[in-house]
Parts: sequence; C-alpha cells; structure tokens
Amino acid sequence: MSKQTLIGIDVGGTFTDIFVINQQTGESSVHKVASTRGREADGFFTGIAAGVEDVSSIAAIIHGTTVGTNALLERKGASAGLITTEGFRDILQMRRRDRPTTWGLWGQYHPVIERAMSIEVAERTLADGTIHTQLDESAVRHAAQQLLAQGAESIAVVFINAHANNNNEKAVRKILQQLWPNQHISVSSELLPEIREFERASTTALNAYLQPVVGNYLTALDQRLKNEGFTGEFLIVQSNGGLMNSASAAQSPVKTALSGPAAGVYASAYLASQSGFDNVITCDMGGTSFDISVVADGEAALASQSSVDFGLVIRSPMIEITTIGAGGGSIAWIDPEGMLSIGPESAGSIPGPVCYQRGNDRPTVTDANVVLGRINSNSPIGGQLNKLDTEAAADSIRRHIAEPLNMDVMAAAEAIIDVANARMAGAIRLVSIERGHDPRKFAAMPFGGGGALHSCALVREIGLASALIPRYPGIVSALGCVIADMRQDFVRTYIEPLSTIDIDGLCTVIRDFGHQGAQQLNEAQAEFSSIENRVSLDMLYMGQTHTVDVSLTTDEVTSLCRDSLKAAFERRYLHTYGRLLENVEIGVINLRTAVIGKRPKFDLSTLAPDNIHTVDEAITGIRQVYFDGKSHNASIYDRLTLPVDAVVAGPCVLEQPDTTIWIEPGFSATVDALGNLIVAEVR
Amino acid sequence: MIDPVLLSVLRGRLEQVADEMDATLFKAAFNPIIAEAHDASHGFYNAKTGDTLVQGKFGLPVFVGAMAFAVRAVISYTAEHGLPEPGDVFLFNDPYDGGTHLNDFKLVQPVFNGDDIFCYMASVAHWHDVGGNVPGNYNPAATEIFQEGVLIPPVKLVRGGELQHDILNIVAANTRLPTSMHGDLNGQLAALRLGEERLNELISQYSAPVLLEVLVELRQRAAAQMQRHITKIPDGTYEAVDYLDNDGISAEKLIVKVSITVLGNTLSIDFTGTSAACSGPVNIARSTAEASIYVALKHIFTDVAANAGVLDPVTINIPADSLMDARSPRPVGGYTETILRVIDVIFVALSKAIPDMANGCAYGTINALSIAGHHTTEDGQQGSRWVMFSFFGGGHGGHPLGDGLSHGNAPISMATIPPVEILEARYPIRFTQWALRNGSGGPGKHRGGLGGLYEIEVMCDAKGFLFGERGKFAPPGVVNGEAGALNKFTFDGKKPDGTIETGQFSQTPEMVSKITGIELKKGQRVRLQTPGGGGYGKALERSATDVLTDVQNGFISTTAARESYGVVIGTNGKIDDSATSRLRSSRLQEAASHE
Repeated sequence: MSKQTLIGIDVGGTFTDIFVINQQTGESSVHKVASTRGREADGFFTGIAAGVEDVSSIAAIIHGTTVGTNALLERKGASAGLITTEGFRDILQMRRRDRPTTWGLWGQYHPVIERAMSIEVAERTLADGTIHTQLDESAVRHAAQQLLAQGAESIAVVFINAHANNNNEKAVRKILQQLWPNQHISVSSELLPEIREFERASTTALNAYLQPVVGNYLTALDQRLKNEGFTGEFLIVQSNGGLMNSASAAQSPVKTALSGPAAGVYASAYLASQSGFDNVITCDMGGTSFDISVVADGEAALASQSSVDFGLVIRSPMIEITTIGAGGGSIAWIDPEGMLSIGPESAGSIPGPVCYQRGNDRPTVTDANVVLGRINSNSPIGGQLNKLDTEAAADSIRRHIAEPLNMDVMAAAEAIIDVANARMAGAIRLVSIERGHDPRKFAAMPFGGGGALHSCALVREIGLASALIPRYPGIVSALGCVIADMRQDFVRTYIEPLSTIDIDGLCTVIRDFGHQGAQQLNEAQAEFSSIENRVSLDMLYMGQTHTVDVSLTTDEVTSLCRDSLKAAFERRYLHTYGRLLENVEIGVINLRTAVIGKRPKFDLSTLAPDNIHTVDEAITGIRQVYFDGKSHNASIYDRLTLPVDAVVAGPCVLEQPDTTIWIEPGFSATVDALGNLIVAEVR
Repeated sequence: MIDPVLLSVLRGRLEQVADEMDATLFKAAFNPIIAEAHDASHGFYNAKTGDTLVQGKFGLPVFVGAMAFAVRAVISYTAEHGLPEPGDVFLFNDPYDGGTHLNDFKLVQPVFNGDDIFCYMASVAHWHDVGGNVPGNYNPAATEIFQEGVLIPPVKLVRGGELQHDILNIVAANTRLPTSMHGDLNGQLAALRLGEERLNELISQYSAPVLLEVLVELRQRAAAQMQRHITKIPDGTYEAVDYLDNDGISAEKLIVKVSITVLGNTLSIDFTGTSAACSGPVNIARSTAEASIYVALKHIFTDVAANAGVLDPVTINIPADSLMDARSPRPVGGYTETILRVIDVIFVALSKAIPDMANGCAYGTINALSIAGHHTTEDGQQGSRWVMFSFFGGGHGGHPLGDGLSHGNAPISMATIPPVEILEARYPIRFTQWALRNGSGGPGKHRGGLGGLYEIEVMCDAKGFLFGERGKFAPPGVVNGEAGALNKFTFDGKKPDGTIETGQFSQTPEMVSKITGIELKKGQRVRLQTPGGGGYGKALERSATDVLTDVQNGFISTTAARESYGVVIGTNGKIDDSATSRLRSSRLQEAASHE
C-alpha cells in the first residue's frame, strides 16, 4: 500500500495546528498543540505525533511557518554582509527617501545590514545592460574575506542594473562558492531580476538575514523527519500561497515571510468557491491584530511587495494582507481627547485579556465579549485555560471605560465592541475601495479564533451580502497547507515601447520560464494533477509610473502579437481607470510568469456534518447575551452537531472547540452542504 | 452631550471618507507627482467659515492647513457673485487666496442637505505643468507670477452637474501636458463624486444635525487637547531667527524671525522682524504661512486631531507685505523653501520651552534638481526633449528617542524619490554616487541624520537647473545640539582646451544652491551634497560607544569623534577610555567657564 496520508501543519505564535487526511479513505482529523516559541521544531514534532503514529505512512507534510516572520519582527536574523557596486554602499540606508509617519519627525531606521558590513567593489552595468566597468574580482575576494573576518554568517550581493545584465553578479557567485564557508549566499538577480535597486537590495538583504535561521530550521526538520523514517514530500507554504520544496525555501526564505497567514487566505478562497462564493473578504482576528484579505472571482489578491517594518521591504508576490491593531487582546482606552479607542496597544495572548488572569488589568476586546456573554467563560476555546474570569473583566471595564465615560459596565462593554467593529468595517471598506471593489458584493469570511464573534456586525455595518463561516475556522491555515498548489515565480524587466519590443524574444522567454518552472517542479518530487503557466505583463503608458497588471489568457500567450497585447492592455487599463489615453505610446516594463503545479484536491465533503442529529439535539443551553442595550435569552448550540440545511435564528451562540459564533437578533445562520455556516440578515 | 461611542464611530467614518477620496485620486491620476508622491489632499470644511472639519490621512501635510483658505476664497466669491447650487464645482489655483503655488489646482464643491449647504468638500492636487517660463514651473528666476504659469480665479467648472467645456478648454490651452491635466482633473472629480455619495449615506443614516454636532465636538476636543499641551509649556516668550540664502535674484539673505509667547493655555506666534517681500520666487502668501504653522505644530503635538481646532488656541501675527504675506504679482513658485524655514524657527523657538518634545531641524530645502536635454536620434539628429526632475532628500533632526533619520523626505511632504535604476533607464544620465553624506549630521547627544551625496554624470550634452537653499545657513540643532552640514552644489569644470576635468567638482554656482541652466557636456558630472539634520542635546553627552559605532560605519571621522564629541579612538580602533574622560571633562570645564 502506498503512502496516503497528507499532513498540513501550521506553526503559529501560540498554537500549532495539524490537519491530517487520508487521501484514499477521506478520513480526516484535526489537532492543536501548544507552539514552542524558540524551539519550533519541538512543537512541530509533537504536532506530527498527535496526527499520525507512523511517519513512514505520510505521503506529504506541508508546512506553514512563522520562523521567518518572527526572526524579522524580533530582529533575530543572522549577521549578514553586503557586496555592492562602487558608489552604492548605502543602497539600503538610502531607501526611497521616506519616513515612517506623516506627523512627527522622530522616525528611525535600522537596516538589517549595517554600513560597516557593506563593501563596495569596482564594477558597473548601465541601464541598457552594457558593462561600463568590468568586475574587479580580486576586490570581491578581499571583500568576502573581510566580511568573514567581521563575523558575517551570510552574504548578499547587489549590483546596480543587475536586472538588465547579471554577468557581474554571476561572476561574484562563482567566486563566493569557492571561498564562502556555507550555502548562505543571496544574489539579487537570482532572487529578483527586476528594476528598482532599493526594493531588490532590501529583499536580497532580508533573504541573507534569514537564510541561516530559516535554512537551519528547515534542514534540521528535514534531517529529523528522515531519521524517523519519513520518505514523503516536505513542502513549505510561500507568502503567495503556493508551495515550494524545503530546499528552495531554505535558499529563498524571504519568500516565506507570510507563510502561515497566506495558507489561511488561500484555503479560504478555495473553501468559499466550493460553497459558491467567489467574492469574499477574509478576516483573521488574532490576539493582537485583525488581518483582512480580498478574494475576488475566486482568486486571493496578491501584493507585489510588503514591508515588515519601516524600510524593510520585501518585493515578491505575496497574498495581500492588510492589518489593523484590533485583535482580541487589543486594549480599550480613553484617548487624550476623551474618546474611546481600541489598540494599537495589545495584551496579546501573553499576558492576554484581563479574564485570563495572567497579569494584565486593562480591558481588551475579548474581555468585552466575555462580559457581554458572547464568549462562554466556562469553556474557553483552544483548551489552554479552564475558565475565564468574567468579574475581573467587568471590573476592569468599569474602572477604565465605564466610569470615565459615565456609563454602566454593560453599555461600556458593548461600546468597546462597537468601536472595534467600526474600525474593522472601516479597514474593510478602504481595502476594497483601493482595489476597486464594491464591498457590498462581498461576503465576510472569518477564520482563526475570534472573527466569528463579529461577523454579523461587519455584515450590518458595511452592508455585506452575508458572512461565510468555515466549518473549522481555527485550522483553516493548516487546511490551506494541504490544499495549496506548488508555485514558481519568474520575472524579467524590459522597459520598452510595445511598438518596438521583440515579440519573438518575449515568446522565447515565456517558453524558457515555463521549462525552468516545470523542471523545478519535477525536481521537487511532488505529485501534480496538472501544470499551469500564468503569464502577465506590467504595462503602462510611457511616462507614467504606475503599471497595470495585464494577465494573458492561454490563447493570448500562444498567439502573442502586438495587437493582442495592445488590446489586453487597453481592456485592463479601461477597467482600472475608466478611460484610455490617446496618442500615448504603450510600454512593457516587466514580464512575469508563475508556473503552478496543481496538487490533487481532496473531497471537502468528507469534512461535512454527519447528519445524524436534529437541530434541537444541538442545543446545549441558554445564556444571557447583552446586545443593543439590553439582555437577550440566547440559545447555545454545539455547532458541529448541526446537520446540513439546519437554520438557526439569532439571538444565539454557536460553540465549537476552535471558535465561537455570535448570531445577532435579526440574523439567521444556515448550514450548507459542506458544513459551512452562511449568516445573513433576515429580510 | 453627544454619545461618546457615536463620536468615536463617526470620527472614524468621516476620516475614512476623506481617506477614500485620497485613494481614488492616487489611483486615477496620470501624473507621478500625484500618483507616486501623493502631492494632493482631500477634506471637508465648514459651510460658513471654511474651517477644516476633517482631513484625509494620506495627503500632503502642508495642504491640510492651506485648503481651508481655498474654501474661504470660494465662499467669499459666491457671496459676491451668487450662491452655489447643487451640482456646482469650483476650480481655481490663485495662490494668494488659496495658498501654495500655481501648480496646485483646487476643486471645491458644496454638499447640500435639502436647501442648505451641509459642508464643502475640497480636492487639491499638483498638476504637472501650468504654463509659464519653465516646464514644471519651478522657475528660480521668476520676478512676477506671470512667469510661473497661468492663474485661474474661482470659476464654476461644473454648473449644476454639467462640466463647462469652454472653461476646461481655457485651462487645457495653458499647459504643456494637456493629457496629464485631463487625467488628473478626472481623478479629482471622481474623488469628489465618491465623497458626496459617502457623505449623503452618512447624512441619511445619522441625520445632518447629528453629524454637525459631531463635527463641532471634534473640533472642540482638538482645541481642548491643544490647550492641554500649551498649558504644560512654561509661560514666557521664546524666539528664534533663521535665514534664506537669497531669493534667486539678488545675493542678499532673507530673515525669518519668530517670537512665540505662551500665556496659560494660549500661544501667540509673531513673525515681526521677518524680511519684506522679495523680488524672487521665495515669497509665500499669508494662507501658506498659516498652513506651515499648522504643519509645525502638528509635527510637535502629533496626537491632536487634524482639524481647525489645532489653531483655535493660537493667534498669529504676520507683518503686512512681508516675505510671508506675498500679494499679486509677487512670484511664489519656490514657496517650499520659505515654509520649511517657518517650520524650523517654530521648532527652535519651542525647543527652548519644551525640550522633551523637540527635535533638531531637518535638512530644510526641497532641492529641486532638473537635468534636461534632447535625445539623439539614430541618424545623429536632435530628438525629443527629456527632463529629469526630482526633489532630493536630507537628514532629519536628532530627537529625544534617538538619532535623526538619514535621507528622509521634507517635513511638508511624504513624497518618495524615484529609484536610481528608473532614472537611469529613462534619461541619459548615470549616478556615480548615491550615498549618505559622511559627517553631515549635526553633532549632539542624539545626532542629526545624514544628508545625501549624489553625483550624476550626463551621458550627452544637457542643462542643469537647481532650486535649493541652506547653502549658507545650516539646519540648527536644539537643546545644545549643533547644526548639520550646509547644502553644497558643485560641478565639473573645463580646462582651457574645453576638456572636462571629470570628478573634480571645481565649480560652484553664484547663487549657492540656485541655478538656471548651466551647460553640461557629455561626461561632465554634478555633485549635490544635501544637509544633515540638526543635533539634539550636547555632543559631549553622546555615549562613547555610539560615537565609536559612527566611526566604524564611517558616518563620522576619528577627528570628528575627538573634536565634536570628545571621544578619543586609539589606533587599535577602540575607545581610549582615560583619554576620552580627560578630554570630555576639560571640554565641559571650558564650556562652563564660557557660560
């Protein structure tokens, strides 16, 4: 019998989630173990052990990791050095001449590679790819030795205009491979052969900063898995939601910076489309933040770049996630102008909300939900605490909010929720507007532990069509690992008018990218149902700076010509800006190709309810829940017991091990065929 | 009293509408000054007074204060020429009434609730070209506004919902880049449409009286918060004076002088002693001056909401016909330099009263450098024109939390600089240095950030233009911090036989940082070294380890470590502790004997 078990494992800050499915029988199980911050490998193996008895039965382990994210956020990367073009030693420190905040001039920037660890060498490539100055090879050797002497564990190489001609960077790699003591070499034109020196340099420097940390982590996991008899595939989720093998991830760790959240968004997009929802806004409410992503027409929106901190830019396609400081642990306070505010300060999960009784005494969003009766204080989700202290939470709200605002405690608790909801709704409106969508055509899709308490409010405030609550919101990221496809991204910069660009050359490069991608996929030893190439061009009217992303259909790629490119550009431009420009030349800036290895999908209906119970059998009790200024008798349901097509009307609370769902009066929730819950206003 | 929760919710909703208007224009604009540099802004204004009610977060800071004046200009125009009606949109760019300079086109639209005007919305954005002597309108030699571009008074661009094409045609006929202008205007109109739609939704959801009550309350709370800040400032009068190098026409320096009097919860800001209006383009209108005071105060008191309440406890005196009260036809194209100086003197004056909230001055000049020429066609003929136009960065001041930011943007703007590789791909130039400028940060306990060092080689014959400042008067430090380095522009000279002394940078311009059209031959280089920020606190109190790190990074020299900071670094590259403590204590004694 061949190996049939797939394991998705998402190692988050607090919990490690494991989703196990047998591809043949469809049998699945979910597990949650505590993460072991700093010793992530231990949590990983505890999780695997919770999921399967025999690692040799595992066909694939697909891993979403925050090791890279945490190393970046906590500044615990390696000591890295930089070799760069003469005259450009400060390529990182120069940034794009910006500052962190509009108001206030106290900003500071801390590069991951200090100037003392940056060395210039004589070499110069011009914008058109001409080599103006030959590489001084002995200077490269000297620089590498000096950086080693100064304690560098990894090295970044960034030359000006390397996107136009990478010969000098290639020559440096050759030299480094002879004298650098490890594999931790990051070369800008390999990682990101795209114009814009700061973005390329920053991405390369961050990769070098992460290589020893993430590389060593993955290598250690790989080794231990092999020792324990694992012979399947070991794959890592990239920030764009696609997978790569662990060796590639160790080489390009910067592409895993958003690994965990990306898997969640990717899974949400898939789950939603399987339930007939192509437009959703995913909402991941964690301890400190509320993360939003837009899924339109079944596709999660990708951002071309993102910043981890001021000036720490990563340019690489990644799931676009907008974060606001309104998580369950976000602190409610009265601002200097006397107004109730939420966050950005947070009690996180340690010490956590007041009701956790672990040292924080300032009220949080979770405390308000507990006081209002929306969260069951006798059975907290996640299984780490036995009980929540409602009285302590209420007392804290009284002291910090109710008394200063001259309100009663319940009204103050509800006010905290209202202000938090307003912030979340505002962020969703803004994100969808920026992307040109009308939020009213979208459904909210909460995942993670906290979001489902706020779904009705978001529907109400924004005027969303409905909310879609997945059957297992707490393990969506782990599920996403199992659903995700393999993906390799390629880019080349052109900057040429459409009228003169070499179309045959363009076709050759597209073919080459396709071949390279297919080859890398084959080397990854993974199983695919098909391989798909997605080709797009960054195009603009010459003279503009913002490009539009022109995706080409398979037909357009096979019969590529100037006219079809022009038509594709104009279609996209018109859609984005509402009008075309006359007599302005069209230009091509970048060619991008994503080679996607489609992974076999398992049948989601294996997760659906077993339908052996009635709605009434799912009722576990009645609780007082405060809403809209008064107390309501809310029925409590065990969510996972509800059968398909069950309809429950608000006010009610649906409980399950990994989340709590609050259905307001005037709303109802319906269980769909896959076990997801569709929440909408009763009209 | 209004429900505090409703207040929190509606504050967020209103700010968000302004944010959405910003986002709409940035997306739709054709011109990179708006699309990339976000040189635009949106907000809501009081129906009767024009005072700022709510402002978007993403627009250009200096517009925040200036737009109220633009709305007031429309209000007084309509009082004389007939009240506005639903569907009207006014267009104008008169800088004497509406602030800033001719490139900034203001669109002002009333929002009606029944027969009454509920409030005004305004959209302002920097258009790429509005005529005048110099493409892009940064003309350092202008002596009248007519040389800076076309001036449009308030006119109804849209009348009862109908776009007035004849007016549009007049504007379009006065720009070198009509396509860009159409695109930007279209974006501004789209932003206003969205704003009106969103406001109407809010009015129908919450009712106009409730919204108005909220808006009044928000202003009162901002004013109250400002008063709380002022109350904590010790009563007294605090002064500061600073200078502009020249006005681009004559070499004489210009004075910007402020005297700030704090009494209880009021602040009075007096610019008596400031130079008279000048011949060149560094004048600013009174509205611009008040807007820059607003920017300075918001940079210090960052937690006060962005509305007119900020200035409620503040009285302002600007002498008539001074540099800060320009009237037609005084040129105002270089307004950025003067408002940066206004902000600097306010920083310095207040640093004497509230050192814990102060920071050293930022680099203080926009350094608009353009290099222009013609492409060469394949058969060797003169081809199309190219203009590389960009603002260059510099250091920010040291502050209580740490050193100033190196290579930041100007306090009046959030604009970024284009990447070197984009500039080199577009224009026949090559950067030979793109670096931080060593030694340029003002010494201090927390030193100023470093300025930039840019060297550009032209790869075909071209001309260079520069509009800069701080070539003679460096950005001051505060709280005993020292000044950053001066702005310095140099370029390669030619030998008598006409060959270029590449990389020698022997030439300096007559007007220091202002140049109109120096001839550059292929292979010739220009070098711009921008100022660092001013330092914060005594340099002798800087941690010796931080001084050593600066030396190791090459940000300062070993000599500067000894001379400016009293830190002796031995030949082994380590701090010589005993020599350092000897030197520092003798310096401290020396300083004490001077006091």
